[in-house]
Amino acid sequence: MLGKTAGGLYWMFRYLERAENTARLIEAGFRIALTRSSDPASEWKSVIVTSATQQAYEAKYDGYDSARVTDFLLRDTENPGSVYSVIKAARDNARLVRTALTTEVWSAVNETWMLLAERLKHPIPETHLPEVLAAIRQQSALVRGALHGTMLRNDIYDFCRLGTFIERMDSTARIIDVKYFALLPSPSFVGSRMDNVQWETILRSVSAHRSFRWASDDEYNAPNIARFLILDRRMPRSLAFCAATLVENLTYLAEDYDMQTESLQLAETLQKRLKGRDIGSIFDEGLHEFLRSILDDTARIGTQIEQDYRFIS
Amino acid sequence: MAAQVRTLVHKKPAVLPSILDNLDMRPAPFEACVCNSIARSYRGPMSGSHFDEMLGNGSLRAPYQAYEKWFAGQENARLSKKADEAEAFFRRSGITFNVYGQADAEERLIPFDLVPRILSNAEWTKLARGIEQRVRAINAFLHDIYNRQEILRAGVVPVKLVAENDAFLPQMIGFTPPGGVYTHIVGTDIVRTGENDFYVLEDNARTPSGVSYMLENRETMLQMFPELFSKIRVQRVSDYPKNLRLSLEATAPAGCNGRPCVAVLTPGIHNSAYYEHSYLADQMGVELVEGHDLRVVDGHIAMRTTKGYKVIDVLYRRVDDDFLDPLTFNPNSMLGVPGIMDVYRAGNITITNAPGTGVADDKAIYSYMPDIVEFYTGEKAILKNVETFRCAEADTLQYVLDNLSDLVVKEVHGSGGYGMLVGPAASKEECAEFAKKLKANPANYIAQPTLSLSTVPIFTEAGLAPRHVDLRPFALVAPGEVNIVPGGLTRVALSEGSLVVNSSQGGGTKDTWVLED
Repeated sequence: MLGKTAGGLYWMFRYLERAENTARLIEAGFRIALTRSSDPASEWKSVIVTSATQQAYEAKYDGYDSARVTDFLLRDTENPGSVYSVIKAARDNARLVRTALTTEVWSAVNETWMLLAERLKHPIPETHLPEVLAAIRQQSALVRGALHGTMLRNDIYDFCRLGTFIERMDSTARIIDVKYFALLPSPSFVGSRMDNVQWETILRSVSAHRSFRWASDDEYNAPNIARFLILDRRMPRSLAFCAATLVENLTYLAEDYDMQTESLQLAETLQKRLKGRDIGSIFDEGLHEFLRSILDDTARIGTQIEQDYRFIS
Repeated sequence: MAAQVRTLVHKKPAVLPSILDNLDMRPAPFEACVCNSIARSYRGPMSGSHFDEMLGNGSLRAPYQAYEKWFAGQENARLSKKADEAEAFFRRSGITFNVYGQADAEERLIPFDLVPRILSNAEWTKLARGIEQRVRAINAFLHDIYNRQEILRAGVVPVKLVAENDAFLPQMIGFTPPGGVYTHIVGTDIVRTGENDFYVLEDNARTPSGVSYMLENRETMLQMFPELFSKIRVQRVSDYPKNLRLSLEATAPAGCNGRPCVAVLTPGIHNSAYYEHSYLADQMGVELVEGHDLRVVDGHIAMRTTKGYKVIDVLYRRVDDDFLDPLTFNPNSMLGVPGIMDVYRAGNITITNAPGTGVADDKAIYSYMPDIVEFYTGEKAILKNVETFRCAEADTLQYVLDNLSDLVVKEVHGSGGYGMLVGPAASKEECAEFAKKLKANPANYIAQPTLSLSTVPIFTEAGLAPRHVDLRPFALVAPGEVNIVPGGLTRVALSEGSLVVNSSQGGGTKDTWVLED
């Protein structure tokens, strides 16, 4: 496979994952802003911070509100992280690697682009926001389904998965980090109204407000939520799950190519930091510091993958 | 950026020389008709204006009989629905071409018409023989002018036409490409004016495009109307990608061991024909590369893979000569591979089509094609040339000036359709303006009479309606062998009376059927 093709696959799936994550962030922010009496401006600000677009946003707007934040994150062509920009980038990458995709995957991505480009052409009034967000999630599911259902489990698939899980690891770590204060075990906060709001935002941001209940009979409290999002390997957006998947696909590649790589070593080291840990020791290490270092490691693995598999010359 | 822009406009123009209909020559409006038989509802063009391939001189022509019978049993509503489905399919599949200079609508569909253009096996056999003869002559001509130049010495083609030709590459002098093949892929543009009158309009010996549409159009027809293909025996076109790969492999350099590694070189996703590049690579099962994927490694061209550099033996390039090698040609090109010409001349890679083939398909050389065919094959040309007036000759120039309003005048090296005059469609002022340019630099122009192009019906809301068409069959050349896929790309002008079949100007395409006997 061409290095460029591997890079195209990796980025195509990073962008698709990013689109979905951004939609989910907006959805959580929107819901909290609508239903809770907490400060909506600070809620929207944390959405922007989580999406790593604060600088670009503040260069353009003063202050945070629902209309501006959703417009910026959904359809602003000047924001390279908007759903519109990201879906376009995913589709451009798909065109670049067209020869490596099944017809089903290509059609799904192409259709996603056509549909969302149309939907995001004009400003989206609040009344239409839920259906637009639903369409983004639905299209992501369509592409994912096509990938799982039709692609050969070879190196092509591995690069798609690596893109997805580097992006997801990054996204989950950011979501927790922006609200890490709400997850610190502090007796004075437990059960307070404010905490519940923040927890719900976090869980909704990773589509886990239901699965948290299914997964644990544990109490609805900060350490349990943190443990679930960081260490629970059953949860497909947890850091532990993402790390395990990265190691898995990098191992497949190493075997397939009969080539030991630096990126695999880095991913294994990262996985060790999460495996068999208990949440208390992470709190002892410092949750914020821990998450920052996870973000750094993830970025390093991403860069190393690009080098190991010659995405660029 | 200059590098980008030029390759982007490589698509040939397509204002075809022909009679631009006067009002009184337009097909009569369709009368309200409740009957369902097209023999009655399809009237074709007004008699005498041009040849209709379905109706001929008034009675249904043989190749269309079985189709007409099927069509008569179809309901318009169902066909309209099928047409919509086909469009949705094309869009979803991304079978699009890029239009430059329009930021928002950068990708467009080429409209597809569901009525096939049908040729009998006998018609096809003659066409194929004519194309093969021409393609062989072109390859012999290229080898000759880059080596012994016998045709120039014999005075058949003026030395000046070759020596002063921009497409003539000195780097190719004294060099024979692997297998002696210059034009591995040729897309000859053919128009028809009567029952037995086929003309070659252009030889397209550089990097002809459109074959993906030929293949996709057939796939679409098979999906839309499977029953048609069980009733009517149509020759297959689906072997083209396999044949293309075999043909490319057969021209691999002599030093290549094992199965040759083939790759398609594209300028990238923003090129107008990118869809086709990726489609062909995909269908052949080879890599689609860009210049930045390649470099010279140990005297070979190699592509950067996830496992390291891998040597390429045959490069099917869809990048113009000028952009192929910044060390040899345009130094600003980002689309090519620095040093590839040295590797090529050392015999370590096959470039298809060979650099410098453009000299065989410019419009001044075109006018000598019947002589070129005869010179190398010893036979008369099977396919006719459109009569071509070379303005470089003084008497001819006067004739052209006197008859500007009846002629089509083209630039010799024009490949974008720019700087061209369609006499019958031009105003007096435009003709006068053009006459000045012509007098200032006569050698830069040729003129041709306007041809009366044949029509084939298209499906419209009001029923079948005649529209002008051309045909581009595709020939594959391997050492000692020319393989022509039975069919080709039929382009059709979609507006009534129009002769412009070009996709960038609203032209569409049709599936092209060659019947089995």
